[in-house]
Amino acid sequence: MQKTYYDPADLKKFGKISEWNEELGAKFFDYYGKVFEEGALTEREKSLIALAVSHTIQCPYCIDAYTGDGLQRGITKEEMMEALHVAAAIRGGASLVHGVQMMNKVNKLDM
Amino acid sequence: MIKSLHKRESALANSKRQLEILSNGIFQKGVLPTFKEKISETNEFPLKAKKLEILQINVGYMCNQVCSHCHVDAGPDRKEIMTRETMIQCLNVIKNTGAHTLDLTGGAPEMNPNFRWFVEEASKAGIKDFIVRSNLTIITANKKYNDLPEFFKKHNVHVVSSMPHWTRGKTDKQRGYGVFNASIEALKMLNAVGYGMPENKLRLDLVYNPSGAFLPSNQKSMEKDFKKALLEAFNIHFHNLFAITNLPISRFLDYLIASENYEDYMYALVEAYNPAAVANVMCTNTLSVSWDGYLYDCDFNQMLQLPVNSKVKHISDYNEDLLEGRNIVMSQHCYGCTAGAGSSCQGSVI
Ligand code: SF4
Ligand code: SF4
Repeated sequence: MQKTYYDPADLKKFGKISEWNEELGAKFFDYYGKVFEEGALTEREKSLIALAVSHTIQCPYCIDAYTGDGLQRGITKEEMMEALHVAAAIRGGASLVHGVQMMNKVNKLDM
Repeated sequence: MIKSLHKRESALANSKRQLEILSNGIFQKGVLPTFKEKISETNEFPLKAKKLEILQINVGYMCNQVCSHCHVDAGPDRKEIMTRETMIQCLNVIKNTGAHTLDLTGGAPEMNPNFRWFVEEASKAGIKDFIVRSNLTIITANKKYNDLPEFFKKHNVHVVSSMPHWTRGKTDKQRGYGVFNASIEALKMLNAVGYGMPENKLRLDLVYNPSGAFLPSNQKSMEKDFKKALLEAFNIHFHNLFAITNLPISRFLDYLIASENYEDYMYALVEAYNPAAVANVMCTNTLSVSWDGYLYDCDFNQMLQLPVNSKVKHISDYNEDLLEGRNIVMSQHCYGCTAGAGSSCQGSVI
Protein backbone atom coordinates (compact mmCIF):
# COMPACT_ATOMS: atom_id res chain seq x y z
CA MET A 1 0.00 0.00 0.00
CA GLN A 2 1.36 3.43 -0.88
CA LYS A 3 1.95 5.82 2.00
CA THR A 4 -0.18 8.74 0.77
CA TYR A 5 -3.74 8.78 -0.47
CA TYR A 6 -3.23 11.48 -3.08
CA ASP A 7 -0.63 11.53 -5.85
CA PRO A 8 -0.62 14.50 -8.30
CA ALA A 9 0.30 12.08 -11.09
CA ASP A 10 -3.08 10.37 -10.65
CA LEU A 11 -4.87 13.41 -12.03
CA LYS A 12 -3.46 12.64 -15.47
CA LYS A 13 -4.75 9.09 -15.19
CA PHE A 14 -8.35 10.23 -14.68
CA GLY A 15 -9.32 9.08 -18.19
CA LYS A 16 -8.33 5.52 -17.25
CA ILE A 17 -11.47 5.30 -15.11
CA SER A 18 -13.25 4.31 -18.34
CA GLU A 19 -11.11 1.20 -18.73
CA TRP A 20 -13.14 -0.78 -16.22
CA ASN A 21 -16.49 0.42 -17.47
CA GLU A 22 -16.28 1.93 -20.88
CA GLU A 23 -19.93 2.71 -21.34
CA LEU A 24 -20.45 4.65 -18.12
CA GLY A 25 -17.02 6.25 -18.33
CA ALA A 26 -17.70 7.49 -21.83
CA LYS A 27 -21.10 8.82 -20.82
CA PHE A 28 -19.54 10.70 -17.92
CA PHE A 29 -16.75 12.29 -19.98
CA ASP A 30 -19.20 13.17 -22.70
CA TYR A 31 -21.40 14.89 -20.18
CA TYR A 32 -18.43 16.54 -18.49
CA GLY A 33 -17.16 17.94 -21.78
CA LYS A 34 -20.57 19.32 -22.70
CA VAL A 35 -21.07 20.94 -19.31
CA PHE A 36 -17.95 23.04 -19.74
CA GLU A 37 -18.73 24.24 -23.26
CA GLU A 38 -19.81 27.84 -23.63
CA GLY A 39 -23.56 28.24 -23.21
CA ALA A 40 -25.55 30.86 -21.34
CA LEU A 41 -22.41 31.03 -19.18
CA THR A 42 -18.96 31.58 -20.65
CA GLU A 43 -16.22 28.94 -20.32
CA ARG A 44 -14.45 31.38 -18.04
CA GLU A 45 -17.42 31.68 -15.68
CA LYS A 46 -17.76 27.91 -15.62
CA SER A 47 -14.10 27.54 -14.76
CA LEU A 48 -14.52 29.87 -11.76
CA ILE A 49 -17.60 27.95 -10.58
CA ALA A 50 -15.63 24.71 -10.88
CA LEU A 51 -12.80 26.20 -8.83
CA ALA A 52 -15.18 27.30 -6.08
CA VAL A 53 -16.96 23.94 -6.02
CA SER A 54 -13.67 22.05 -5.90
CA HIS A 55 -12.85 23.85 -2.68
CA THR A 56 -16.24 23.03 -1.25
CA ILE A 57 -15.84 19.34 -2.00
CA GLN A 58 -12.13 19.66 -1.08
CA CYS A 59 -10.88 17.69 -4.05
CA PRO A 60 -7.12 18.35 -4.47
CA TYR A 61 -7.21 17.08 -8.06
CA CYS A 62 -9.95 19.54 -9.02
CA ILE A 63 -8.24 22.40 -7.17
CA ASP A 64 -5.03 21.66 -9.06
CA ALA A 65 -6.83 21.35 -12.40
CA TYR A 66 -9.05 24.42 -12.11
CA THR A 67 -6.34 26.69 -10.71
CA GLY A 68 -4.25 25.85 -13.77
CA ASP A 69 -7.26 26.19 -16.04
CA GLY A 70 -8.07 29.58 -14.53
CA LEU A 71 -4.53 30.87 -15.07
CA GLN A 72 -4.63 29.74 -18.68
CA ARG A 73 -7.88 31.62 -19.19
CA GLY A 74 -6.44 34.81 -17.71
CA ILE A 75 -8.48 34.60 -14.51
CA THR A 76 -6.71 36.71 -11.90
CA LYS A 77 -5.79 35.55 -8.41
CA GLU A 78 -8.17 38.17 -7.00
CA GLU A 79 -11.06 36.64 -8.97
CA MET A 80 -10.06 33.17 -7.80
CA MET A 81 -9.95 34.22 -4.17
CA GLU A 82 -13.34 35.96 -4.40
CA ALA A 83 -14.85 32.81 -5.89
CA LEU A 84 -13.43 30.87 -2.95
CA HIS A 85 -14.99 33.23 -0.46
CA VAL A 86 -18.34 32.70 -2.15
CA ALA A 87 -17.85 28.96 -1.67
CA ALA A 88 -16.74 29.50 1.93
CA ALA A 89 -19.68 31.80 2.67
CA ILE A 90 -22.17 29.27 1.30
CA ARG A 91 -20.44 26.51 3.21
CA GLY A 92 -20.44 28.47 6.45
CA GLY A 93 -23.95 29.73 5.87
CA ALA A 94 -25.16 26.21 5.20
CA SER A 95 -23.92 25.11 8.64
CA LEU A 96 -25.27 28.17 10.31
CA VAL A 97 -28.73 28.04 8.74
CA HIS A 98 -29.22 24.61 10.34
CA GLY A 99 -28.95 26.49 13.58
CA VAL A 100 -32.58 27.41 13.03
CA GLN A 101 -33.42 23.73 13.31
CA MET A 102 -31.43 23.59 16.54
CA MET A 103 -33.20 26.66 17.86
CA ASN A 104 -36.59 25.22 16.94
CA LYS A 105 -35.79 22.03 18.78
CA VAL A 106 -34.48 23.85 21.84
CA ASN A 107 -37.50 26.14 21.90
CA LYS A 108 -39.80 23.16 21.67
CA LEU A 109 -38.15 21.07 24.37
CA ASP A 110 -36.89 23.69 26.75
CA MET A 111 -39.25 25.16 29.30
CA MET B 1 14.44 47.51 -13.49
CA ILE B 2 15.90 44.03 -13.97
CA LYS B 3 18.95 43.66 -16.20
CA SER B 4 19.32 41.42 -19.23
CA LEU B 5 20.99 38.03 -18.68
CA HIS B 6 23.73 39.39 -20.88
CA LYS B 7 24.42 42.35 -18.59
CA ARG B 8 24.20 40.14 -15.51
CA GLU B 9 26.78 37.85 -17.13
CA SER B 10 24.45 34.97 -16.38
CA ALA B 11 25.50 31.54 -17.63
CA LEU B 12 22.18 31.44 -19.45
CA ALA B 13 23.18 34.39 -21.64
CA ASN B 14 25.21 31.77 -23.46
CA SER B 15 23.08 29.97 -26.05
CA LYS B 16 25.21 26.82 -25.74
CA ARG B 17 24.30 26.56 -22.07
CA GLN B 18 20.61 26.97 -22.95
CA LEU B 19 20.83 24.23 -25.56
CA GLU B 20 22.60 21.97 -23.08
CA ILE B 21 19.79 22.38 -20.59
CA LEU B 22 17.17 21.88 -23.29
CA SER B 23 18.85 18.73 -24.60
CA ASN B 24 20.03 17.11 -21.40
CA GLY B 25 17.41 18.54 -19.13
CA ILE B 26 17.37 18.84 -15.40
CA PHE B 27 15.05 15.94 -15.23
CA GLN B 28 14.17 13.76 -12.35
CA LYS B 29 11.12 12.13 -13.85
CA GLY B 30 12.93 10.39 -16.67
CA VAL B 31 13.95 11.37 -20.13
CA LEU B 32 11.79 13.42 -22.43
CA PRO B 33 11.41 12.17 -25.98
CA THR B 34 13.44 14.33 -28.36
CA PHE B 35 11.45 16.58 -30.66
CA LYS B 36 13.02 14.75 -33.57
CA GLU B 37 11.69 11.41 -32.29
CA LYS B 38 8.29 12.93 -31.71
CA ILE B 39 7.81 14.33 -35.19
CA SER B 40 9.33 11.21 -36.73
CA GLU B 41 6.32 9.27 -35.39
CA THR B 42 4.24 10.99 -38.06
CA ASN B 43 7.01 11.02 -40.65
CA GLU B 44 7.52 14.76 -40.41
CA PHE B 45 11.28 14.58 -39.91
CA PRO B 46 13.17 16.28 -41.40
CA LEU B 47 10.90 19.26 -41.65
CA LYS B 48 11.59 21.17 -44.84
CA ALA B 49 11.29 24.86 -45.63
CA LYS B 50 8.66 25.75 -48.20
CA LYS B 51 8.57 28.86 -50.34
CA LEU B 52 9.41 32.03 -48.42
CA GLU B 53 6.29 33.93 -47.39
CA ILE B 54 7.35 35.87 -44.31
CA LEU B 55 10.61 37.72 -43.88
CA GLN B 56 11.11 38.57 -40.23
CA ILE B 57 13.83 41.09 -39.52
CA ASN B 58 15.17 41.68 -36.05
CA VAL B 59 16.54 45.22 -36.24
CA GLY B 60 18.18 45.11 -32.80
CA TYR B 61 17.99 43.86 -29.25
CA MET B 62 17.76 47.29 -27.67
CA CYS B 63 14.49 47.84 -25.82
CA ASN B 64 13.01 50.31 -23.35
CA GLN B 65 11.49 47.41 -21.41
CA VAL B 66 12.99 44.38 -19.69
CA CYS B 67 10.11 41.89 -19.62
CA SER B 68 10.70 38.91 -17.40
CA HIS B 69 9.77 36.40 -20.12
CA CYS B 70 11.69 38.00 -23.01
CA HIS B 71 13.11 35.34 -25.33
CA VAL B 72 15.39 37.93 -26.95
CA ASP B 73 16.94 38.95 -23.60
CA ALA B 74 16.36 42.51 -24.81
CA GLY B 75 16.69 45.65 -22.74
CA PRO B 76 18.15 49.15 -22.53
CA ASP B 77 21.56 47.59 -21.89
CA ARG B 78 21.62 45.68 -25.19
CA LYS B 79 23.47 47.57 -27.90
CA GLU B 80 23.15 45.19 -30.89
CA ILE B 81 21.59 47.26 -33.65
CA MET B 82 21.16 46.61 -37.38
CA THR B 83 23.22 48.97 -39.53
CA ARG B 84 21.90 50.81 -42.59
CA GLU B 85 24.19 48.69 -44.71
CA THR B 86 22.51 45.46 -43.54
CA MET B 87 19.13 47.12 -43.99
CA ILE B 88 20.00 47.82 -47.63
CA GLN B 89 20.86 44.14 -48.07
CA CYS B 90 17.46 43.26 -46.57
CA LEU B 91 15.73 45.73 -48.90
CA ASN B 92 17.32 44.06 -51.92
CA VAL B 93 15.88 40.75 -50.81
CA ILE B 94 12.46 42.23 -50.03
CA LYS B 95 12.28 43.63 -53.57
CA ASN B 96 13.30 40.38 -55.19
CA THR B 97 11.27 37.75 -53.36
CA GLY B 98 7.60 36.88 -53.50
CA ALA B 99 7.32 37.16 -49.70
CA HIS B 100 3.94 38.69 -48.86
CA THR B 101 4.74 39.62 -45.26
CA LEU B 102 7.49 41.72 -43.78
CA ASP B 103 7.73 41.51 -40.02
CA LEU B 104 9.96 43.95 -38.13
CA THR B 105 10.84 42.99 -34.62
CA GLY B 106 13.42 43.61 -31.88
CA GLY B 107 13.85 44.65 -29.00
CA ALA B 108 11.88 47.77 -29.66
CA PRO B 109 12.40 48.15 -33.42
CA GLU B 110 11.57 51.85 -33.20
CA MET B 111 14.76 52.43 -31.19
CA ASN B 112 16.98 51.63 -34.15
CA PRO B 113 18.12 55.06 -35.43
CA ASN B 114 17.46 53.93 -39.03
CA PHE B 115 14.03 52.51 -38.27
CA ARG B 116 11.97 55.24 -39.97
CA TRP B 117 14.18 55.34 -43.00
CA PHE B 118 13.89 51.57 -43.32
CA VAL B 119 10.08 51.60 -43.00
CA GLU B 120 9.85 54.32 -45.65
CA GLU B 121 12.06 52.39 -48.05
CA ALA B 122 10.52 49.00 -47.39
CA SER B 123 6.95 50.26 -47.71
CA LYS B 124 7.72 51.18 -51.34
CA ALA B 125 8.31 47.50 -52.11
CA GLY B 126 4.58 46.75 -52.24
CA ILE B 127 4.52 44.15 -49.46
CA LYS B 128 0.97 42.97 -48.71
CA ASP B 129 1.33 42.84 -44.95
CA PHE B 130 3.94 45.07 -43.32
CA ILE B 131 4.11 44.31 -39.61
CA VAL B 132 5.89 46.28 -36.91
CA ARG B 133 6.01 44.61 -33.51
CA SER B 134 5.65 47.55 -31.20
CA ASN B 135 5.79 47.13 -27.44
CA LEU B 136 3.37 50.13 -27.11
CA THR B 137 5.24 51.85 -24.26
CA ILE B 138 7.86 53.14 -26.70
CA ILE B 139 5.14 55.38 -28.16
CA THR B 140 4.79 57.23 -24.86
CA ALA B 141 8.36 56.76 -23.59
CA ASN B 142 9.75 59.92 -25.13
CA LYS B 143 8.40 62.89 -27.08
CA LYS B 144 10.32 61.88 -30.18
CA TYR B 145 8.20 58.71 -30.42
CA ASN B 146 4.79 60.33 -29.78
CA ASP B 147 4.04 60.65 -33.49
CA LEU B 148 4.60 56.94 -34.18
CA PRO B 149 0.85 56.23 -34.62
CA GLU B 150 0.73 58.87 -37.38
CA PHE B 151 3.95 57.52 -38.90
CA PHE B 152 2.59 53.95 -38.90
CA LYS B 153 -0.62 55.20 -40.49
CA LYS B 154 1.25 57.05 -43.23
CA HIS B 155 2.97 53.83 -44.28
CA ASN B 156 -0.03 51.59 -43.69
CA VAL B 157 1.92 49.54 -41.18
CA HIS B 158 0.20 46.65 -39.42
CA VAL B 159 0.84 47.15 -35.71
CA VAL B 160 1.17 44.05 -33.53
CA SER B 161 1.61 44.69 -29.83
CA SER B 162 2.10 42.64 -26.71
CA MET B 163 -0.46 42.86 -23.96
CA PRO B 164 -0.15 40.07 -21.43
CA HIS B 165 -3.36 40.92 -19.59
CA TRP B 166 -6.16 43.44 -19.29
CA THR B 167 -5.37 44.06 -15.63
CA ARG B 168 -2.61 46.30 -14.35
CA GLY B 169 -1.27 43.81 -11.81
CA LYS B 170 -0.59 40.95 -14.19
CA THR B 171 0.78 43.15 -16.96
CA ASP B 172 3.15 45.11 -14.74
CA LYS B 173 4.40 41.96 -13.06
CA GLN B 174 5.53 40.52 -16.36
CA ARG B 175 6.60 43.62 -18.24
CA GLY B 176 7.63 46.09 -15.54
CA TYR B 177 6.02 48.66 -13.27
CA GLY B 178 4.06 51.31 -15.16
CA VAL B 179 3.90 49.34 -18.40
CA PHE B 180 0.16 48.83 -18.16
CA ASN B 181 -0.76 52.50 -17.91
CA ALA B 182 1.67 53.43 -20.69
CA SER B 183 0.32 50.64 -22.91
CA ILE B 184 -3.28 51.79 -22.38
CA GLU B 185 -2.24 55.33 -23.22
CA ALA B 186 -0.52 54.14 -26.41
CA LEU B 187 -3.50 52.00 -27.43
CA LYS B 188 -5.73 55.06 -27.08
CA MET B 189 -3.34 57.05 -29.29
CA LEU B 190 -3.43 54.27 -31.91
CA ASN B 191 -7.24 54.10 -31.76
CA ALA B 192 -7.40 57.88 -32.12
CA VAL B 193 -5.78 57.76 -35.57
CA GLY B 194 -7.98 54.84 -36.61
CA TYR B 195 -5.89 51.80 -35.64
CA GLY B 196 -7.90 48.82 -34.44
CA MET B 197 -11.30 50.39 -35.02
CA PRO B 198 -13.83 47.80 -36.15
CA GLU B 199 -14.39 49.10 -39.70
CA ASN B 200 -10.92 50.53 -40.23
CA LYS B 201 -8.28 48.89 -42.40
CA LEU B 202 -5.44 50.09 -40.13
CA ARG B 203 -4.73 46.82 -38.36
CA LEU B 204 -3.96 46.64 -34.68
CA ASP B 205 -3.55 43.15 -33.24
CA LEU B 206 -2.55 42.24 -29.72
CA VAL B 207 -0.34 39.41 -28.59
CA TYR B 208 -1.18 37.49 -25.46
CA ASN B 209 1.36 35.25 -23.82
CA PRO B 210 0.89 33.63 -20.43
CA SER B 211 2.36 35.45 -17.44
CA GLY B 212 3.87 32.34 -15.94
CA ALA B 213 4.63 28.66 -16.33
CA PHE B 214 1.42 27.66 -18.06
CA LEU B 215 0.13 27.39 -21.62
CA PRO B 216 -2.28 29.82 -23.26
CA SER B 217 -5.94 28.98 -23.38
CA ASN B 218 -8.14 29.02 -26.48
CA GLN B 219 -7.24 32.02 -28.65
CA LYS B 220 -10.79 32.90 -29.67
CA SER B 221 -12.20 32.89 -26.17
CA MET B 222 -9.21 34.87 -24.86
CA GLU B 223 -9.82 37.42 -27.60
CA LYS B 224 -13.43 37.78 -26.48
CA ASP B 225 -12.38 38.32 -22.87
CA PHE B 226 -9.68 40.85 -23.84
CA LYS B 227 -12.07 42.78 -26.09
CA LYS B 228 -14.79 42.96 -23.48
CA ALA B 229 -12.43 44.01 -20.68
CA LEU B 230 -10.52 46.65 -22.68
CA LEU B 231 -13.69 48.10 -24.17
CA GLU B 232 -15.57 48.31 -20.89
CA ALA B 233 -12.74 49.72 -18.82
CA PHE B 234 -10.92 51.94 -21.35
CA ASN B 235 -13.02 52.11 -24.53
CA ILE B 236 -10.14 50.50 -26.43
CA HIS B 237 -10.59 48.60 -29.69
CA PHE B 238 -8.32 46.16 -31.48
CA HIS B 239 -8.73 43.57 -34.21
CA ASN B 240 -7.31 40.14 -33.37
CA LEU B 241 -5.58 38.55 -30.42
CA PHE B 242 -2.67 36.20 -31.09
CA ALA B 243 -2.14 33.71 -28.26
CA ILE B 244 1.51 32.73 -28.06
CA THR B 245 3.17 30.02 -25.98
CA ASN B 246 6.31 31.06 -24.10
CA LEU B 247 9.24 29.07 -25.41
CA PRO B 248 11.68 27.73 -22.83
CA ILE B 249 14.65 29.86 -23.83
CA SER B 250 16.52 32.91 -22.55
CA ARG B 251 14.84 34.92 -19.75
CA PHE B 252 11.79 32.67 -19.70
CA LEU B 253 14.07 29.67 -19.29
CA ASP B 254 15.86 31.53 -16.49
CA TYR B 255 12.50 32.14 -14.80
CA LEU B 256 11.45 28.50 -15.26
CA ILE B 257 14.63 27.25 -13.64
CA ALA B 258 14.64 29.81 -10.81
CA SER B 259 11.00 29.09 -9.97
CA GLU B 260 11.59 25.32 -10.20
CA ASN B 261 8.99 25.03 -12.92
CA TYR B 262 11.31 23.98 -15.73
CA GLU B 263 10.76 20.26 -15.58
CA ASP B 264 6.98 20.43 -15.21
CA TYR B 265 6.75 23.02 -17.98
CA MET B 266 8.67 20.82 -20.41
CA TYR B 267 6.44 17.88 -19.50
CA ALA B 268 3.35 20.05 -20.01
CA LEU B 269 4.62 21.04 -23.49
CA VAL B 270 5.31 17.43 -24.43
CA GLU B 271 1.99 16.26 -23.06
CA ALA B 272 0.18 18.92 -25.07
CA TYR B 273 2.14 18.01 -28.21
CA ASN B 274 -0.23 18.20 -31.13
CA PRO B 275 0.94 16.48 -34.32
CA ALA B 276 -1.55 18.56 -36.33
CA ALA B 277 0.41 21.72 -35.43
CA VAL B 278 3.66 20.45 -36.96
CA ALA B 279 2.68 21.10 -40.56
CA ASN B 280 1.99 24.75 -39.75
CA VAL B 281 4.96 25.75 -37.61
CA MET B 282 6.12 29.15 -38.80
CA CYS B 283 9.68 28.15 -39.72
CA THR B 284 8.37 26.38 -42.82
CA ASN B 285 7.49 29.64 -44.58
CA THR B 286 9.52 32.19 -42.62
CA LEU B 287 13.09 33.36 -42.57
CA SER B 288 14.49 35.31 -39.64
CA VAL B 289 17.27 37.85 -40.13
CA SER B 290 19.37 38.90 -37.16
CA TRP B 291 20.64 42.44 -36.50
CA ASP B 292 23.97 41.48 -38.09
CA GLY B 293 22.35 39.97 -41.18
CA TYR B 294 22.60 36.24 -40.44
CA LEU B 295 19.76 33.92 -41.40
CA TYR B 296 17.78 31.65 -39.10
CA ASP B 297 14.67 29.50 -39.40
CA CYS B 298 12.93 31.57 -36.72
CA ASP B 299 13.53 34.19 -34.04
CA PHE B 300 13.97 31.45 -31.42
CA ASN B 301 16.69 29.69 -33.39
CA GLN B 302 18.29 33.11 -33.82
CA MET B 303 18.48 33.56 -30.05
CA LEU B 304 19.86 30.03 -29.65
CA GLN B 305 22.50 30.74 -32.32
CA LEU B 306 21.25 27.90 -34.53
CA PRO B 307 21.77 29.22 -38.07
CA VAL B 308 19.98 27.91 -41.16
CA ASN B 309 21.13 24.60 -42.52
CA SER B 310 22.19 25.95 -45.90
CA LYS B 311 25.23 27.14 -47.76
CA VAL B 312 23.64 30.58 -47.59
CA LYS B 313 24.19 31.99 -44.13
CA HIS B 314 23.88 35.74 -44.61
CA ILE B 315 21.29 38.07 -46.14
CA SER B 316 23.95 39.46 -48.46
CA ASP B 317 24.20 36.01 -50.10
CA TYR B 318 20.45 35.41 -50.20
CA ASN B 319 19.52 32.76 -52.73
CA GLU B 320 15.98 31.46 -52.85
CA ASP B 321 16.88 28.26 -54.67
CA LEU B 322 19.45 27.29 -52.08
CA LEU B 323 17.28 28.15 -49.11
CA GLU B 324 14.03 26.59 -50.26
CA GLY B 325 13.73 22.95 -49.26
CA ARG B 326 16.42 23.25 -46.58
CA ASN B 327 16.05 21.09 -43.48
CA ILE B 328 14.76 23.12 -40.53
CA VAL B 329 17.08 23.10 -37.51
CA MET B 330 15.16 21.81 -34.51
CA SER B 331 15.68 21.17 -30.82
CA GLN B 332 13.61 20.65 -27.67
CA HIS B 333 12.38 24.27 -27.64
CA CYS B 334 10.30 23.40 -30.73
CA TYR B 335 7.83 21.66 -28.41
CA GLY B 336 6.66 25.20 -27.61
CA CYS B 337 5.42 25.67 -31.19
CA THR B 338 3.48 22.40 -31.30
CA ALA B 339 1.71 22.35 -27.93
CA GLY B 340 -2.07 22.58 -27.90
CA ALA B 341 -3.34 24.71 -30.77
CA GLY B 342 0.27 25.43 -31.78
CA SER B 343 2.06 28.75 -31.56
CA SER B 344 3.65 31.12 -34.02
CA CYS B 345 4.26 34.86 -34.25
CA GLN B 346 0.77 34.96 -35.78
CA GLY B 347 -0.76 33.13 -32.82
CA SER B 348 -2.17 29.62 -32.80
CA VAL B 349 -1.71 27.66 -36.00
CA ILE B 350 -4.78 25.42 -35.86
S1 SF4 C 1 9.42 41.09 -24.68
FE1 SF4 C 1 9.51 42.73 -26.20
S2 SF4 C 1 9.10 44.59 -25.01
FE2 SF4 C 1 9.70 43.01 -23.57
S3 SF4 C 1 11.91 43.23 -23.29
FE3 SF4 C 1 11.59 41.70 -24.91
S4 SF4 C 1 11.65 42.84 -26.79
FE4 SF4 C 1 11.34 44.34 -25.16
S1 SF4 D 1 11.14 26.96 -32.52
FE1 SF4 D 1 9.27 26.73 -33.70
S2 SF4 D 1 9.54 28.00 -35.46
FE2 SF4 D 1 11.57 27.70 -34.59
S3 SF4 D 1 12.40 25.92 -35.63
FE3 SF4 D 1 11.37 25.16 -33.83
S4 SF4 D 1 9.29 24.66 -34.54
FE4 SF4 D 1 10.22 25.97 -36.06
